[in-house]
Order: sequence, then structure tokens, then C-alpha cells
Amino acid sequence: MEGARRITYSGWGRIHSATGPVARPFAATAIAGTAPAFGNRRSYGDAPLNDGGSAWDMTAQNRILDFDRSTGVLTAEAGVTLGALARILPPRGWLPPILPGTGFATLGGAVAMDVHGKNHHESGSFCQHVTALTLLQNGKPRRITPGRDKQLWAATCGGLGQTGVIIQATIQLKPCPGEVMVVTERRVEDWAEHIAHLDASDAAYCVGWIDATARDGTLGRGILEEAEIGRGLPPSRPAPRRVPLDAPHWALAAPIVRAFNSLYYRRVPAAGRTVVRALEDFFFPLDKIHDWNRLYGKRGFHQFQCVVPLDKADALRDMLAEIAESGLASPLAVLKRMGPGRAGYLSFPMQGYTLAVDFPDSAAARDLIARLEDLTVAAGGRIYLAKDGLASGARVKAMYPEHPHWLSEVLKADPDGALATDMVRRLDLRRT
Amino acid sequence: MEQTWIILGASSTMARALMQKLAEEGAGLVLAGRRMDDLQASACDALARGAVLAEPVAFDARRPDSFQPVIDLALKQPGQINCAVFVGSMPPQAEIDADPGLLDGVIADSFTGPARFLQMLAPHLEERGSGIVVGVGSVAGDRGRIGNYVYGGAKGGFATYLSGLRNRLGRSGVHVLTIKPGPVDTAMTQDMEDLPFMTTAEAVADDILAGIKRGRNVLYTRRIWWPIMMVIRAIPEPIFKKMSI
Repeated sequence: MEGARRITYSGWGRIHSATGPVARPFAATAIAGTAPAFGNRRSYGDAPLNDGGSAWDMTAQNRILDFDRSTGVLTAEAGVTLGALARILPPRGWLPPILPGTGFATLGGAVAMDVHGKNHHESGSFCQHVTALTLLQNGKPRRITPGRDKQLWAATCGGLGQTGVIIQATIQLKPCPGEVMVVTERRVEDWAEHIAHLDASDAAYCVGWIDATARDGTLGRGILEEAEIGRGLPPSRPAPRRVPLDAPHWALAAPIVRAFNSLYYRRVPAAGRTVVRALEDFFFPLDKIHDWNRLYGKRGFHQFQCVVPLDKADALRDMLAEIAESGLASPLAVLKRMGPGRAGYLSFPMQGYTLAVDFPDSAAARDLIARLEDLTVAAGGRIYLAKDGLASGARVKAMYPEHPHWLSEVLKADPDGALATDMVRRLDLRRT
Repeated sequence: MEQTWIILGASSTMARALMQKLAEEGAGLVLAGRRMDDLQASACDALARGAVLAEPVAFDARRPDSFQPVIDLALKQPGQINCAVFVGSMPPQAEIDADPGLLDGVIADSFTGPARFLQMLAPHLEERGSGIVVGVGSVAGDRGRIGNYVYGGAKGGFATYLSGLRNRLGRSGVHVLTIKPGPVDTAMTQDMEDLPFMTTAEAVADDILAGIKRGRNVLYTRRIWWPIMMVIRAIPEPIFKKMSI
């Protein structure tokens, strides 16, 4: 592989790592040879890793190749970040229709994971707004569309990059009337109230922060955020900060997390409030602190994210109760109602409720996550592969019944398995 | 005030990073380089990011007849004209040792080509009474080393030229910033292993913009290269000639 350096790299959770030659080509024409590609590696587990093999770092290919201001159709190279698009486009009246929780996610990564945002209940998943993709298959660019290449399209969207290196995408942007978010925050006191509010909300963007340390009567308490894009100019923002070193082991000890969560809960007045935020502060709250994954210290961390069908909310409450009992959770926990929108065979979303919780790595946390995965399967739900680093292939295949369809397209597109990643091998996804 | 930037060597990685930032600030860009298809893509990117103008134009540091059209294009714009020079080439020293004919090209790309261009541009900047010139030198230009002394010689010559140009243009309100990067993760360095204190094109672009804001004259990036090069420059020649660093 030309221009490759041998490096050791990891996903965002910093638990799995891979060593091998990685090249960062500045143009798609410089991609010679078939190997998996990654962007900013914001997937938590081993999805962006290829231990012992080579990989393409796509982040240098970050140009917008075509932008029609009147229709909002934009074509860009795969390495452009959604944060850059969310910064550049609103002053021109447009916004990426779907934004995940970090602006560092790249366009290519957003396609390969079919990401969702705080407006999933209303607007669906990322790839539902993609109108064309260019894949590099055996060194040749191939443009595909959802109409003409139905199966290949469904295997590519959320398909972990296994049908070819994603080098370009065309997306339909959504009109953006202003550059601020009008955000209403209110306390919700327990699980039932949390679910009721999520069900009742008709806001374009809606998400709940959940105190994963609250137990018994306060189980499920948190802060519900509902937001709409507003007209006006953004408030000034401080420059991003950096986490200069790995935090010590005790930084996320249970009493500290409990105290933090209590304060965080009381940050919002009991009567609720409506505030105006910059778009980026609303969509990417954690991006203000670069390298925040270092707060978990050297050991790294896991994120468990599952979705269960609407009528299985109780199963989710049981999971939360188990998490709260364990005392293993970090302050980062999110509850959200999802709509049915998804674009690919391995896309995560389903109509229902999704819960995401971070855990600093430990044997107890891994055991807990395994139990949570069992509960997810039992509830007819699934886990999000962008977050996963622990599941077994059998569990994941049980959660994704369309896996055989994905597999048959992948075997056609990459019969030799040259695009296989550590995740694909761990989950044995190249076999039924 | 309206700003138009001439970017010499606009296909280079560092140029691309700077252009994206300038475009987002609403500057106008004249993208000068050899690979027109690549420049076209970058021009499209710049316009989408907010550049008021993004015009690709053919420029080859080894062909002085390609210089005037670039200057003419920029002069059509009102307001302040700025120029950032990213051209340069660095064939391995061993190849130049084997084929001394390669030397002329390196000197033309990294020194005489851009110097001649700036020489042609200078009177126009003086006439407008404002402007910024950013010239990219290299830490390799601070002292000739066995590993790349032809490239180093060219970059050293260019840095000396920029120093003189600063002396001249400063009298007319034009600022000249010499930037001296250590190894940068670019297309030029991709085949090299294990370079110390490597930085990225994005970080260099940020440093350039910060250097302009603060009116810096000479800027090492990363900063650590300033003390390192102080030490390297201070080594007496009788000792230095026996070293291979």
C-alpha cells in the first residue's frame, strides 16, 4: 500500500485496537488496492479496525464537490465531517437532515452506520436522505442509487463498509430557517413520566438525558430536551477545550457519578426553561471537549445502545433498573423514542425506544452488558453496531434478521473478504 | 475589506487546508497550480464553503510565462490582494546525487519560480498599499544536511528572499509571513517513515492564520522546531559536518 504508515489505532471507546499499515490518501484516485476504510473512528468498538491488515484513512478527502443552493442537493467526498457541513450550510439556508451526537463523524461513516439523530422519530435515518453513493469496488468507482441498485443499496447503507470503499455521497439537505436552536428543557421525575413525555412530544428534535444512577422511586428520572430550529444569530461560543491526559481510575467512581448526576438534574429549574443555543451546542454537546474519551482513563469504556419495540418499554425499564443497581454507569445516558425509518439490512433503528449508556471498562461492566444484550434479544430489539465491541455473532444475527440479504450482496461485492474488519470477523458476519 | 488570495500550488495538502478556512471567512481565491481537475474540485469546495470567488488557473513554477495571467486575474478584484506560496518539490537527495539535472527543477519549484512571481506581484501590492504574503519555507532551509541539502538550499534561499521582501514591502503596509514547518503529514511526506514532531496540514493552516493575526514575521510550526533549530544552527561547522541528523 503506497504511502502507508504502520500505526496502532483504536475506536472511540479505546478498548479494541489494531496495528497495521494505514494510508491517508488525498484523492480517491490514490486509493489502490482493496482494504477497509475509516473516517474519524467515532464508532466505539472495533468497526473501524483492521488488525494485522491495512486500512485507508479517508479524512483527507473532505471536499464538497457540488452544492446546489436552490435545491439543497450536495455531493461531497466521504471524509468531510458532518460538523463541517453543519457549520458551513446554515448561513446558506440548509442543514444536513440528520446529525448524530458528534460532528466529528464523517459522511462516509454516517452512511456505513446509517446513523440517526435527535429527530429520528420524524425524519428517519441518515441514508434515507442519501440519493446517490460512489463506491470503489476493485479499484473502480461505481455510482449507485436506491432506485437502480436496490439490494446493493440496502447492503451498503448501515452495511459497515463491506460493499466497497465509500468515496462520495450525494445528500438531500433540509431547509434551515435560522442558525439557533430553541430548546425547552424540563425535569422528568421517573420512568413513566419520561416515556409519557417522549410519546407526547411533537417537537422536531426530542431526546431525554437519563440519570442512570437513580433507583427505585426515581428510576428513569432525567431531563427531556425538545427543540426546533429558530431564526436568529447564534450566541458566541467558547473555543473547544481538550482533555490533556487520561483521567485517573476514581474519576468515575459511583459516588462521584451520583453526585454529578444530581447536580446535572438540578441544573434545569423545577419549572423547566426555554433557552437559545448555537446549533453545534445542541447537536454536538460533547464536541466542546475534544478527546473526552480520555475522561474514562486508560482502561477505555463501552457504550451499550439498544432499541426495543414500542410495546416493550417495560423491558427497557428493567434494563435500566439493573444498570442503576449495578452502580457501573457513567453520567452519559440517553433515552429516545425512534420512528420506523431505516435504509439498510443492518440499519439499527426500529420503531420503539432506544437507550444508550456508557460504562468504564471492567469485568463487571462486560458481564452486565452481556445480560443487557440477552434482555434486548428477548424483547425483540437490537443493539447498535456503531457502539458495539462485545457482542457475539449469534446474538447479533438474531437481532438482524435481514443479515442473509446483506451477506449475499457483500459476497458478490467483495468475495475475497478484502474489506473485512475486526468487527466483521468477531461477529462472523461473512457467514450465515 | 474584501480579500483575494492567490494560492500558488493550490493542489498541495497545506494549501487545501488553508483555502477551506479562508473560504469559510468569505475570502476570494485564485487557485493556481498544475492539476486543473483537482483545482476545479477545490474551487467547487471553496464556493460551497462561502468563498466569494474561486477561480482555478494554470500555474507552473518552472514556466514563468504562466505567471502573468495569474496576477492579471487577481488584479481584476477590488480590495486587498494576498498571496500564499505552497509550491515546492522534494525528490530524494539520492536521486539528485545520481542525476544532478534534477537540481534545477527543485530550485525552480521551491525558490526561483515563486520568488520571480512575487517579484512581479510586489509593485501591485505596493500600489494598493496593503496585502499579505505568506511564504512556506522549511526547517530544512535553516541548515544544510546530508539528507536533503538541495531542497534545504532552495528553501533557505527562499526564506532569505522573503526576509528581504519583508524589508521592502513593510514600508508600504504589506506584511510578509515566513512559515517554517517541520514534517507535515502531506502527500509529499507520505512515503517517509517515523518523522519526529509531525504535524497536520490543518494545524499548519491554523498557525498561518494565527500568525497573520498577530503580525508574526517568522513562524515555526510546530513551535518546538524553533528551539530545536536554534540548537542545530548553533552547532559549530567542524562538528556539524561530521553529524548526520
